[in-house]
Formats: sequence, C-alpha cells, structure tokens
Amino acid sequence: MFQWFGKVNFTPFTKVTEFAQHLKDGRIMGSKCTKCGNVSFPPRADCGACMSGDFEYIEYSGRGTLQTYTRIDAAPTGFDDVVPYTLGVVDLAEGGRLLAWMGDTIAEDEIKMDMELQVVPRIFDETEEIKVYYSIEKPGTTWHKGDSAR
Amino acid sequence: MTRVGVMGIGHGLFGRRSDATVQELAFEAFRDALADAKIERDVIDASVIGSVPEYHKQRSLPGVVQEYLGLNPKPTWLTEVACSSGSAAMRTAWMSIKAGVHKVVAVIGAQKMTELTTPEILALMGRVGEVQWESGFGTTFPAYYAMFAQRHMHEFGTTHEQMLGCAIKNHYYGARNKNALFQKEITLEKALASDDVSTPLKVYDCCANADGAACVILASEDRIKEMTDKPVWLEGLGCATASMSVLRRPNLVGLPSAADAAVDAYEMAGVTAKDIKVAEVHDCFTIAELMAYEDLGFCKKGEGGAYIGDKAPYIGGGGVAVNVDGGLKAKGHPIGSTGVSQAVEIIKQLRGDCGERQVPDADVGLTHNVGGIGQYCFVHVYRRD
Repeated sequence: MFQWFGKVNFTPFTKVTEFAQHLKDGRIMGSKCTKCGNVSFPPRADCGACMSGDFEYIEYSGRGTLQTYTRIDAAPTGFDDVVPYTLGVVDLAEGGRLLAWMGDTIAEDEIKMDMELQVVPRIFDETEEIKVYYSIEKPGTTWHKGDSAR
Repeated sequence: MTRVGVMGIGHGLFGRRSDATVQELAFEAFRDALADAKIERDVIDASVIGSVPEYHKQRSLPGVVQEYLGLNPKPTWLTEVACSSGSAAMRTAWMSIKAGVHKVVAVIGAQKMTELTTPEILALMGRVGEVQWESGFGTTFPAYYAMFAQRHMHEFGTTHEQMLGCAIKNHYYGARNKNALFQKEITLEKALASDDVSTPLKVYDCCANADGAACVILASEDRIKEMTDKPVWLEGLGCATASMSVLRRPNLVGLPSAADAAVDAYEMAGVTAKDIKVAEVHDCFTIAELMAYEDLGFCKKGEGGAYIGDKAPYIGGGGVAVNVDGGLKAKGHPIGSTGVSQAVEIIKQLRGDCGERQVPDADVGLTHNVGGIGQYCFVHVYRRD
C-alpha cells in the first residue's frame, strides 16, 4: 500500500509498506530495531546501526521543531496544480526528521525557524484513489485516528 | 609510481545548443584538446565520459561518442554521479593511468539538457533528493539549496545580498569568458528584482541548465615530459559521500562530503587551503558557493557571507580567487560537463593563459565539484612545477 503515500509516488514497493496504512489510520510510525533498539524516522526495515532485518513500528507524536523551509514557486511536473507550496523540514521530538508541506493552520508570515510544530496525518479528499500524506501544523492541532490496521 | 599530468584541454561553447547533438558537442571539445596537445587521436588509449544519461534520448552515451570521435576500437566507459559525473571521469582516468593500464586518456564531459522542458528538468533534478520520503511532496533541486540557505541565514546571519554577491562576481568574470552562456555583468538591484524560484532563492541565485562539452587529456609522466616543459599535474584527489536524504544529514549549513573530500585532496597533494591560489567551486546556487568557501577551509564555518562581502574571492581580493571564469552561474551548467570544464579553467590558470582573468602567481589550484545536494563531492588539486 505504499503507493498511497505522496501526491506523486515513485516507490510503490518497500519493506515498510504498512507505514501508509498506519498513516491512513492517523498514525505516524517510525521504526525500532528489535535487536539493538535503534529508532529511525523515516522508518527503515534494515537497521542502519546493527544491520538486523527485524524491526517493529513505533508511533511518533508528530511533535517537533522547524529545521528549515522554503516556498516553491517553480514547480516540477505533477505539482503545477498546487504551486506555490511551502516545504518544511521538521526535527521530530522522538528523533529523526521529516519533510512535508506547511498546512493551513500556519500562515506564511507566521513561519519562524525553530518554531514548535505538530505533524498531522492527512488524506487527499479530492481524489478517488487513496492518497495519504502529512502536513505541518500549529501545536495542538488535532485529528481523527482510525483503527483499520488493528 | 608515475605522476599524472595534463596533455591537452578543450572547451566548447556552453548554452542552448539547438545546433548540435551531444556527440557533436563532445567532438568540439575533443578536437580542441587534440589541437592543444598537438597530437593525433591515435595517441589516445581510452576515453572516459562524464555525463548524466537521463537527459539524453540516446541510451548508453559512450558508444555514440566513441564512434563519432573516431576512437573505435579503443575502450570507453561512463561515470555517473549526478552533477559531479565529470570529476568522477577525471578520477577514473587518473586511476587507470596510475595503475599502468593506460598511458593517455581523454576525459570528456558531454551533456545535452535542453531537449527536455524546464518542469521536466525540475522533476528529474528533484529526484536527486530521496524519492521515497521527499519527492512525493514536490521537492526541487533549488528547494534543497534554498533550505540550506534558510538555515545558514538563521544560524550565521548570512544575508541574501551576500549570497547574491557570488552571482555578481561570477557574472563579472563570465562577461570576460567567451565560452560562457551569460557574458554580461549583473547588478544587485536586478538580481533582487528577479522572480522567486524557491524562497529565499531567486532566478539570479540559480545557475542555468545548458548544453556543452569539455575535454581534458590526461597522461602518464613519461608521455607528458616528452611533450612539454611546462606541465600541470593532477596531484590531489579527494572524494566523499553524504546521505542521499537531507533528513539524515548532521546539519543543513554545509556539505560534509565537500569538507571530507577537501581534507583528503589537500593531504594527498601535500598542501593546505592557504596554498590554493585559484579555485573552481560548484556554484549551482549562490548559497552553494558561499558554503564551499567554508567547507574548503578558505574561511571558517559561518563566515562565508563576510568572505564574499569583503570581495576576498575576487582576483587580488586577498582570498582564494574563486570561479573567475564565471562559474556555473555565468557559464551555464551542463551537468556532466561541469567537472571537466572546471578542470580546463584551473589548468589554463596554472599555465598562465587566462589573459585579463589571470590570477597572478597561480601555482596551485583546485576544483570542487558537487553531485546532487552533496551526496557526492570531488575535490581535485592541480599544481605546476
């Protein structure tokens, strides 16, 4: 189901394919190596530290701070219908980083480097096919969590 | 073990070359290099092609180049590491001579980009970021460097005006280079008034996609000494990598691959940053040149803004003369050719053949060629006897 992830998806097949199902259910998941305990976001199936192939998903809070951002005015193929859009890189509270769009709860002139943020799971409503992503919002932004993966 | 030196150099016109195929571009540079070396092509033992194949309709580029250059049945191969493909070609040619496999190798950077549209190129280049977790949000190549710039400005107080200082300098010298795409000077006012590409970067912060080719013929010490008493040697090679994803970098204010490659290149050549008189650095964006000053040790981390602000990297500016051929910004950036083009300029500088752009007493120079957003970096140190 990883083909669900992203407006345009380039990697439909991966060992962490359930990530997309969790995201659809409102959960942002990182990975934890069951051998050495190394935690990673983005999740990876094969431990970067001890090279074990055994891992489990762990739920991230989505809280973090803004490492950097940019507003894109010249868009690549496949994104001309959403331009301009703002990308942010978030240092996640549980470790690791994430890249996503800045969402509606933060106006452009409110963006400040190192500001506190909440990453929120999202589903594209306007498409018939399932498309999931996450967006960067103000702290305290809430969302619904489903349980189809449980 | 043999030293590896330069036998000849050639450089074609960079720009929107609607008049030529990629092999025709390669031919221009190769013919120039043969003429410069005063040799016939039967002296060439092998060619190495630096290019990024995705931009060409022709698959397996070395084959068509080798045929058009008339080099069959001599061996050829391709090196590909994004925008540093040309320097990877230099490195493998150097290794093959050092190993004694070949004596004379033609390194050819050849690239035709403008058969694709700008959005297609933006999409292709954006996928030099990590495609699983990043490209699905519409990342672009300028966006990554814009995010480096944003962080650099935040941590060190670097200003956009300082960044644009790199572009103004490079256009100043590009106006004096007949092979450059943009042979005219620009002003800060005009640069600041240009359209946003990816904030804070504007059009004048970005180099231009281009077509073009460059060629360096490398050879073993015995062959070099037969031909010239003013040899230029390739004596320090550093190459390092960093994570594909910006999400896994230690920080976003520099390129660790560049700093690592510089350490190795300086050590192999037996020099320090203070010995470098002239440098070609990979200014795909203004912030990239500014970070290069720091990563290469021309100034401390965080002081790149002041370095360009003080005009240190101009000829006679008191620092290392940087990109005094116009850099990627004014020359254009035919990605696979750029590393070879940088080498051509440094070799010309060390030979003293740069006319009004000549750096006085240039005896040690370097090239800094970055692949992607710093996933790869090659630093090469050249020296004259």
